[in-house]
Amino acid sequence: MSEQHSTSKFMQNGVVKWIEHRMPIFSFIDHSVGSGYPAPKNLSYWWNFGSLAGLALIIMIVSGIVLAMHYTPHTTLAFNSVERIMRDVNGGWLIRYLHMNGGSFFFFAVFIHIFRGLYFGSYKYPRELLWIIGVLILLAMMATAFMGYVLPWGQMSYWGATVITNLFSAVPWVGDSIVTLLWGGFVVDNPTLNRFFSLHYLMPFVILGLVIVHIWALHTFGSNNPTGVDVKGPQDTIPFHPYFTIKDLYGMGVFLLIFCFFVFFAPNYFGEADNYIPANPLATPPHIVPEWYFLPFYAILRAFTNDFVLYWPISWLMTAKLAGVIAMFGSVILLALVPWLDTSKVRSARFRPVYKWFFWIFVLDWLVLGLVGAHPPEGAWVLIGQISTAYYFAHLLVILPILGVIERPLALPESISASVTQPAE
Amino acid sequence: MSDTASTPPSAEIDEQTRRDFLLVSTATVGAVGTALSLWPFINSLNPAADTLALATTEVNLAPIKEGQSITVVWQGKPVFIRHRTAAEIEQAKKDDAAALPDPAKDADRVKKADWLIMVGVCTHLGCIPLGQKEGEPKGEFGGWFCPCHGSHYDTSGRIRKGPAPQNLHVPSYEFTSDTQVVIG
Ligand code: HEM
Ligand code: FES
Repeated sequence: MSEQHSTSKFMQNGVVKWIEHRMPIFSFIDHSVGSGYPAPKNLSYWWNFGSLAGLALIIMIVSGIVLAMHYTPHTTLAFNSVERIMRDVNGGWLIRYLHMNGGSFFFFAVFIHIFRGLYFGSYKYPRELLWIIGVLILLAMMATAFMGYVLPWGQMSYWGATVITNLFSAVPWVGDSIVTLLWGGFVVDNPTLNRFFSLHYLMPFVILGLVIVHIWALHTFGSNNPTGVDVKGPQDTIPFHPYFTIKDLYGMGVFLLIFCFFVFFAPNYFGEADNYIPANPLATPPHIVPEWYFLPFYAILRAFTNDFVLYWPISWLMTAKLAGVIAMFGSVILLALVPWLDTSKVRSARFRPVYKWFFWIFVLDWLVLGLVGAHPPEGAWVLIGQISTAYYFAHLLVILPILGVIERPLALPESISASVTQPAE
Repeated sequence: MSDTASTPPSAEIDEQTRRDFLLVSTATVGAVGTALSLWPFINSLNPAADTLALATTEVNLAPIKEGQSITVVWQGKPVFIRHRTAAEIEQAKKDDAAALPDPAKDADRVKKADWLIMVGVCTHLGCIPLGQKEGEPKGEFGGWFCPCHGSHYDTSGRIRKGPAPQNLHVPSYEFTSDTQVVIG
């Protein structure tokens, strides 16, 4: 296929040939996303979310760089500089709303991308490293979004930063020193805002670097596919370009349409009204909630109180506060271990009749955790939060390992093309 | 043989082990040195001299009537100063014997029983508890209530119920006269 491409009109162009001889960048691009990259021919729309996440990252970087040209990272000026962006800077409202909603859409795409991987077993051999890099990207995104949310210096910015940085005070012995180091003072204050701005500018480029190695690992073995069966030969693939470039572009069109709906008609739908009140270090808002994409993790954090069953066995070892912090970070980090926690050799849930159900229960559990995180920990929400937290860990640590051993998978098709050309028995 | 600058096999092996030693020790020294050179960068993030300089706050207590509280700022943090009523002091002393998650005697938390001076930062995750102003909820123990995750503090600022692990901290302070106090 690359043979065919190298004789294409484009590659015969004198300038292209001159560059290609000195630095083979055109064949590199062709092998990455062009006709020289054979992709499984059965990739479904669930495979669109990787390129959608990439698009979101680009939107964040472009809008962010422009915002940074108008933004002032100082406690006395930050809030007003954002209001100036909203009211006085030409089209500033648009750029800020793109950035605010772009964060939400970035997480939305990445969450679906991750659940896609969980359903089709994309994390299994030989894609474990690819998956781990993905988890690192998620962690880096969370850090970036958390610090970005502090920048407008509203009430939620300030108190979100206070509550989350205070989590580190749970670390035994050195906790308070760590928190002072994070703050550069004795409270969240100007030094904190300054360093968060610096890191918020840096982290997206770290993410970009991770995305590049993520794609490198992907291209070493190529994409998984809905059957989870390896590509057996050319009959199972089609060239990435034009078939999947056009499919990805179509997905981007739909994604941007929905994105624009929120940017133009409901720009504050995902936001918190309290963040339009300037930060006041002497008054905590009555109800602190993180942005929606942190809610499930926030629910896990809060589930750990002294009366939580999961806490009892470790209560002699650590405070409930520390246990909650470890559980919250653990809930993300455990995902990196899923390639080994899932003991089944079969990749796709299509051929795993029992796992298929547990997958959807896990999705439901995750959504319930999100709901719990949005409500004050009172009444029934406390118990629901504790049960769904326990289930989250049970799924990863108990159900996945056992299911792989006891489940009887369905017969796998011989190949991707056999799955459509041969009738199922 | 004569064309190449090769050493006899025995010497080669000898040379290699010495080289290995040099290589490993050089790499170790280099790695430790690099790690140590990170410290100034990390330490630069600790509170700067001007931040540390804001370390004390002076307060005049004369205008605060019995049963009133004020909040002052010390090191950027709110400090609660409460002129306690006789009933509150009595309750606080009585509760010395109650089941306390973070046991402390009321007498050890004040310099003068009338004046309760504490850092107004919830020891759970740093919210500011309610109860300073007239009409704010004071929690089930008549002191302070943190709305963030529901911590209840008593009339001595001790944690009684909820996720906070410790009592409200007592800063170091000094009475410079009957109505003058320096915090920090
Ligand atoms: C991974 C990509 C990124 C994510 C997830 C992200 C997330 C966020 C979030 C959630 C906010 C708060 C928006 C608000 O409520 O006002 C924010 C603000 C901000 N971000 Fe980013 N960001 C990203 C990339 C960038 C980049 C690359 C830059 C600059 C080069 C940047 C510069 C800014 C600035 C200046 C603000 C403050 C202005 C404002 O609040 O609207 N961001 N970011
Ligand atoms: S911060 Fe006060 S209860 Fe959590």
